[in-house]
Formats: sequence, C-alpha cells, structure tokens
Amino acid sequence: MSNNLDLKKGLNIPIKGVPAPEVVKTVKPDIIAIKPTDFAGLTPRLLVKEGDVVKAGSPVMTDKLRPEILLTSPVSGKVESIVRGEKRKLLAVLVKADAQQEYVDFGAQAPKTAQEVKELLLKSGLWVSLVQRPYGTVASPDAQPKAIFVSSFSTAPLAADTDFVLGSAVADIQAGVDALAKVAPVHFAVKKAGSAFAGIKNATVHSVSGPHPAGNVGVQISHIAPIQKGETVWTVSLLLLAAIGKLVNTGKLDLTRKVAITGPCAPKAAYVVALPGTPVKELTDLPAGDIRVVGGDALTGEVLGADGCLGFFQDQLTLLEEGTAREWFGWAKPFRPSVFSSSWCYFSWLTPKKEYKMDTNLHGGPRAFVETKCFEDVTPMDIFPIYLIKACLAGDIEKMEKFGIYEVLPEDLALCDYVDPSKNEIQAIIQKGIDLMIKEMA
Amino acid sequence: MADEKKTPWWHSTVDAFDTFLRVPGTVTAKGAHVRDGIDLKRVMIMVVIALVPAALFGMYNVGLQTSTVYGLDWGFWHMFFYGLLRMLPLFVVSYVVGLAIEFASSQIRGEEVNEGYLVTGFLIPLIVPVDVPLWMLALAVAFSVIFVKEVFGGTGMNIWNPALVARAFLFFSYPSSMSGSSVWVSKTWVPALKGVDAVSAATPLAIAHDGAFDAATGAVGQYSFMDMFYGFIPGSTGETSVIAILIGALILVWTGVASWKIMVSSLAGGLLVGWLGQLAGATAVPCYYQLVMGGFLFGSVFMATDPVTAAQTETGKWIYGFLVGALAVVVRLWNPGYMEGMMLSILFMNTMAPLIDHCVVSAHTSRRAKKAVNA
Repeated sequence: MSNNLDLKKGLNIPIKGVPAPEVVKTVKPDIIAIKPTDFAGLTPRLLVKEGDVVKAGSPVMTDKLRPEILLTSPVSGKVESIVRGEKRKLLAVLVKADAQQEYVDFGAQAPKTAQEVKELLLKSGLWVSLVQRPYGTVASPDAQPKAIFVSSFSTAPLAADTDFVLGSAVADIQAGVDALAKVAPVHFAVKKAGSAFAGIKNATVHSVSGPHPAGNVGVQISHIAPIQKGETVWTVSLLLLAAIGKLVNTGKLDLTRKVAITGPCAPKAAYVVALPGTPVKELTDLPAGDIRVVGGDALTGEVLGADGCLGFFQDQLTLLEEGTAREWFGWAKPFRPSVFSSSWCYFSWLTPKKEYKMDTNLHGGPRAFVETKCFEDVTPMDIFPIYLIKACLAGDIEKMEKFGIYEVLPEDLALCDYVDPSKNEIQAIIQKGIDLMIKEMA
Repeated sequence: MADEKKTPWWHSTVDAFDTFLRVPGTVTAKGAHVRDGIDLKRVMIMVVIALVPAALFGMYNVGLQTSTVYGLDWGFWHMFFYGLLRMLPLFVVSYVVGLAIEFASSQIRGEEVNEGYLVTGFLIPLIVPVDVPLWMLALAVAFSVIFVKEVFGGTGMNIWNPALVARAFLFFSYPSSMSGSSVWVSKTWVPALKGVDAVSAATPLAIAHDGAFDAATGAVGQYSFMDMFYGFIPGSTGETSVIAILIGALILVWTGVASWKIMVSSLAGGLLVGWLGQLAGATAVPCYYQLVMGGFLFGSVFMATDPVTAAQTETGKWIYGFLVGALAVVVRLWNPGYMEGMMLSILFMNTMAPLIDHCVVSAHTSRRAKKAVNA
C-alpha cells in the first residue's frame, strides 16, 4: 500500500472570495442552536424542556433507537425554546448562553481501552462527529470499523485552510488520533505540498496531491482501502478530531472553531471564531440584495438562510448572489468573460489565474444525459460515475452495489453536478440511491 | 422563464425561443450551488461550427463539379453561389421539418425543447447528393426524427444516429436518387443545361470499386490523391474535402466535444483492413486511400463520435471506433454491390455500442471484485 497518492482527475473551481488568513472577530455566544438535522440517520428525542439549565456538555437530545448516542449543548445556559417544523418535527433546541461559561468535567485523562474511548465520546456528545461509511450516517456504537480515516485538508471551493485554522492544535489532534487508534487503525491524509500535520504519529500518514476532490476523505478511502460490501469504516473531520483531542486533554467539551466567511458576496472574506449553532447574522454582515447563505462550501453546502445557524460540522459560510439575472444570448456569445467553464467550449482556459464572481444561476436547462465523459474527468475514483448514477435512478440495488455505491457519498460526486452540461442533480440522485440502500439493506 | 400560467398549452415552444435568446434565470435548487457555464446549447453550436468548413467547401464543390463535368467554365464565386443556392433548400427543409417535429414532441412530453436537432439538421444536408428531391428529404427527416429519436424519448435517449438513419432511409427507399454515377453532380437550375442528359460522374470510391486504379500515377480514374485530399471530387455535399473535415475535427477535439479516441481508432481500423485487403488482393488501392475516399473521414469525425450513440466508456470508445473503421472498409472491399460501407458500419456499431460498454463495465466490476477478495 503506497502512502503517496497523486490524483490527476478533478477540478478546482476558481471562485472569488478566498478567506484572508486572519481572525476578524470572536463571536461571544448568545443564542446557540443545537440542530438534530445535522446528523444523518439520527431520530432525535428531547431530554430537556424550556427553562432547563444546561452546562457545556450536558445532554440535550438523544437518538430514539440508540439512546446511548447523545447530543450535548456546546454552551452553558438556559434552554430558551424548542423549534419544531411541519408535523412537529424537531428542528432545533435554542440555548441562551450564560455570561460565564461552565463546563461538565469529563476527566482530563487519556482513555486506556477502546471501550473507554467509546464511552467518553458517547457521554460528551462528540460521538456524533464520527461518520460511518457506507452511507454517511452517524456511526453505530456497536460496529467495529475496519479503519478510521481523517483528511487533514479540504480542496473544496474556498474551504478553510486547515493549516491556519488548526495549525496550533497539533497536540490536540495527536491526542485525538491516539484515542481513536485504540478503536481501529487510523489513516491520516495530509497535503503533499506541505502540512502542519505531517508529523502525526500512531496513524498511517498518506500524502495526497491533486485538484478537488483529492481532499475528500471518500476519495482517499477509495484509493487507500476501498470499502467492500459488509465493511464499515468511520471518518472524522480534522476539526472535530481536534475537539476530541481537546476533550481528552482538558476534560471539557469545546467546539469553538475558526469559521471561514467566504464567497463573492462576503463583505470581508476572513475568519471569525464562533461555536456551531451561532446565528448567521452574528457571524457576518450580509450585503443587501438577494443573497444565498450556504453553510459549507459552494458545491455541497446547506442553505442556511439569513436566519439560520451554523451547523455542527460546518466551519465555512459561502455567500453567493442568487443568479436570477438573464443574460442575452449567453450561450451564443463567443466570449463570456464573467462566466467560468471548465469546458474548452468557452475561453476560460485563457485566464487560468482569474477568480470568478459566481452566482447560483443554473446556466442552462435540464436535459437528458448527453456528454458523460465530463463526469469521469472529475471523479478520481475507480468507478464509472454514469453507470452508478443510472443505477441509482433505476433503483437497482444489485447494480448500485456493483458500480460502487458503498464507496461514495454525494459530496464525492459533487463536481459532476457542477460540470454537467445537461444540468442533472447528481448529488440528489446519489443520495436517493443511498437512502434506498439504507431502507432495503436494513 | 416564460410564464407557464399564461401559456399553458404551448409553453415548450415559448420556452424554447425564450431560452434561445436569454439564459434562463433558474437558480440551483439542490446539489451544487454554483454551476459551470456550459450547457447543451453551447455544446451543440460547437459541433455546428465545426461543420461549417465542410459545408462551405461543399457549396463550392457543388458548383465546381457542375462546371467541370458540363464544361461550363464558371468562376469561383459563380460556383460557390450556385452551390449555396442548391444547398440552401436542403438546410431549410431539414430544419423546418425536423424542428417542427421536435417542438411538437417536446410539447407532447411537456419538456423543454432539446438542442440535439441543431446538429442533426445541419448534418443531413451534408451527407446526401445535392440534387436529392426535397420531398424525399422531408420524408427521411420526418421518419428519422419520429421513429429514431422521439419514440425513444428525444435527444440523449436514441440508439442510432438520427442523421445517418435519415440517409439510410433515403438510400433504401429511393436508391435511384441516392446512388449510381449520375446523382452526384447537380444540373438542376442551370438554364444552359435544360434538356441536356445527365452526365455520368462516378465517385472515386465507385471507380476504385470497379478496379480503375493506376498504380503508376496513384490516380483513381481521373482523380489524383490530392484531388481527393482537397475534395475536388463528386460525392455527398459535405464529405469530399479532407482538409475541411480536419479543421472540424480539430475544433471538436480541442473543445472536447467529440472523442479523439473514436476518431483515431476508426482511422486505425480503416487503415488496417485496407492494408489487409491489399495483401489479400481484394483491391489494388493503397490502404490510406480508404480514408480520403467517400464518407469515411466525415463519418469518423462527425457521425461515429456522437456522444449519445457511441460507446460511453473510454475503453469502449477505442473498440467501438476501431470496429466502425474496420467494418466500413470490409464492406467496401468484400461487397460486390455496395461500395460505401461507412453509413451501415456506424449504424451497426451504434447498435453494438451498449454491448461493448456492457463488456467493459463487467470486466471492470469483476476485476474490482477480485481485488476485494485479495485485499
């Protein structure tokens, strides 16, 4: 097994709004939302009611089917309200933070066995940071994963620079790796070009290079040890691995993170320090106009809206203009300097360094699949994307298995969404396939 | 987007014109929030642009052939405008009939009008003899668009290349207007030729088929190799000039719209079989002549590479292209009655493309499965 991974296929999207490496403010927590919708495969049950007092680390919700999985409050304070949606679906628990933060003490000593690690993660509420593949759901405490994978960098458009964000937390990350290594072997991918985390021990370190999606943990897994039928692996983001390490080192649940405010519409593209669940309005000023606030990156992020709150896994906001303006003869113009295309049918290849003010316009209408090679060009995995996509559309379980549904999450094929001239919703199609697999294979 | 409430019945048509003029204001609803500037309109217009050199040369060549064969001594512009005048009705009929059916069926399906016919409609006039009666052409277009494309669900769903099926329809239904040695040179609309009998002007392919190859000069009948390379020979309107087609090929490969793998492997297949045929004594013509005679190159560059009807896997494209070229020359050399094999070869390989892909994908999945067992 090579520890060197050079990927050629893929695409870096040159979008405007790269965050400057500086922290412009630290948001003092006021109202913090805990959103069970952040976690795939979790059916929430409330453990608190309005007016209850919680500490940072106190359980707020649990999973109905696996009550040992807890969602805990990232702040100390008072439960202000419970937000429900249609059919009384639980959307969020809002906690009003105290001026002085109090933490539940989970004990600052390194767990010695796999069982101790699991127990610590479960009671602190950090268990939900473990994502289980196939299917990308909250990890199951009973499962024994084949391995645990961490990608220490992101290649997604405008993603936070992990060297800047977590370069000072190497000790925490090492502690997190040490703890997880007791559960299963850890594979740790670093940027080949140079990384603050190249010296991580107690894990197999892989150096990875290449355009997006080389930083996606799913792509790395598919090259390091592809997931086969019946196997389970876990992944954890570097951000939450650092939180696990901090928990081990200090005994406190601290989810504070540097959040990258990015995108062409960001008033100042830089970092702010905040907790997950912080309202968007406290993170950044929003410019006037029809703006889409995306939690995460421009390919895979979730629409938060101006009144939304940062998600548990998110350390990035992307601000995009809604592209409702209609361009005359767009497709017929020889030159469209403001529009980027990876295809050589336009002339963006003449300006490789240019950054584009992209908006959310679809740039075309939905059509049947015509050009399909473009999918392969942006998918550095040993699969035939178009066949997997068609198997998902057809709902053919056997073919989905054959064509690699165990290896992918929608995020790994997000670029197919981007490049498709027929404007198909590839990520939605893959998610539908995964949902069907979960239903049928349960 | 046109207001669908105001025009509930014919909104596909309204949308088609609306989005033709202006990029739709639709924003992404799910999936990636930003999208590439490319759409099918742009892809299709690239193919049309790539076809323009062949079409322009074809117009000139139509006049040139008439002028040479009937001894009219026309100038360049006279030749060109005669060709333009003769070919314009073909384009008009092809687009009017094809687009009318395309619009109507999109309307029935309630979908947006697909751009695929922009290319098909441009291809059809380029692969027929210039004097083909317009009503025949209309019939062929209607047949191919309805029965080869729309019944399968429109562009992207068809099994065979619609432009080639239109030609096949003409070829088998009206052979006297589509083959033989008197259909290739236009004499309609030339006042001086009223009442003059059609002069026989066989294509080099037919001449070679009859064995009239001069090994000493390398000429096929009266046509030298360079005549065929430049395209100063009788034939379907767009297929004669190698140079014009190569310009188109360059555009297609550069923009990535068509697969260079299919083009290269098709040429390789044609060359190999042409060479074997020479060795076996089936023909005296050198193998590389196969590439410049008839519709071989035009088919390899513009027809075999249609992404919908070609093989979809990259390995499959090599196999598919190779067999297109090889089969075309097999038909040319070992078929007593029919000298041009490109059309049937591509249609046959269109049929076989899913099988090729199936084999490639199955081999890949079983290799993956094996790797999993060994891991």
